[in-house]
Amino acid sequence: MELTDIIKEENLVLKKSKLLTDNVMHYCPGCTHGVVHKLIAEVIEELNIQDQTIGVSPVGCSVFAYNYIDIDWAEAAHGRAPAVATAISRLHPEKYVFTYQGDGDLASIGCAEIMHACNRGENIVVVFINNAIYGMTGGQMAPTTLLGQVTSTTPYGRDAKLNGFPMKITELLAQLDGTCYVTRQSADTPAAVRKTKNALKKAFQNTRRQKGVSFVEVVGTCNSGWKMSPVDANKWMREHMFEKYPLGDIKDI
Amino acid sequence: MAKFRGAVVVDTEHCKGCSLCVVACPTKVLDLHPNVNGKGYHYAYMKNPEACIGCASCGLVCPDSVITVYKKNVE
Repeated sequence: MELTDIIKEENLVLKKSKLLTDNVMHYCPGCTHGVVHKLIAEVIEELNIQDQTIGVSPVGCSVFAYNYIDIDWAEAAHGRAPAVATAISRLHPEKYVFTYQGDGDLASIGCAEIMHACNRGENIVVVFINNAIYGMTGGQMAPTTLLGQVTSTTPYGRDAKLNGFPMKITELLAQLDGTCYVTRQSADTPAAVRKTKNALKKAFQNTRRQKGVSFVEVVGTCNSGWKMSPVDANKWMREHMFEKYPLGDIKDI
Repeated sequence: MAKFRGAVVVDTEHCKGCSLCVVACPTKVLDLHPNVNGKGYHYAYMKNPEACIGCASCGLVCPDSVITVYKKNVE
């Protein structure tokens, strides 16, 4: 059988989501952001809520998220995406509102905002990409950086005496009564990508249940910041990150 | 012989050559091409097209959504 016999419209099983724009993503090769953008676009397309979804993009590598997914967006100041999403969801309670934040944005400068948004039980979805580093600014230490991990500001590895301990913010948020669904996923293998998509779908569907914040953490890689190839970065993530940040649902009510 | 035959079409100009699809492929169909695209990346291509079963694992892990997958039942 020739390839031209297989490459036909009726045999199509997977193609680029219609919600993803033709802009070439500025992310480094192999970046987890690209996979999660794709999954968010696919979930919104499958739920058919393109005209009812409002995203809030953060500061960090994903600051240009509004260039890539064809929905309505707002851009928030560093770490303040949950506060902006709170306002949008209260003014437009019929819309699906989500924030898309990295670990420097959410766990460091935006720690107060996410804590109180989750404690108030706002009706929003939070997508949290945890790659244990500040990728955009050149690979500095983030609150989620692992002990012993080398970054540009911890050249001898993170030392607990000097820099404190890695922050498991997802577990902290799961203890708050305002969250209804808290989960940690990854996007390194096809199976993990499918699980993450299901988690995101559930999170968006929870918006209609009006039960509070749905929080989806995706443990990702920053191969430029970690100074590894994309394949090695995924391997390193499986070996080291999953030990500190175990995958799975933490809370589901 | 495999029940299904698949085919992968890569948008070579937008591929960044991260090779995540190469390691995700269970039947070792894909590899990075010795040539480069306009941006200087070695793009992914079907090195061994007969082995493709159309499972779409490559497309799932692709961060830049440059992979389109087709699958046909051959029985």
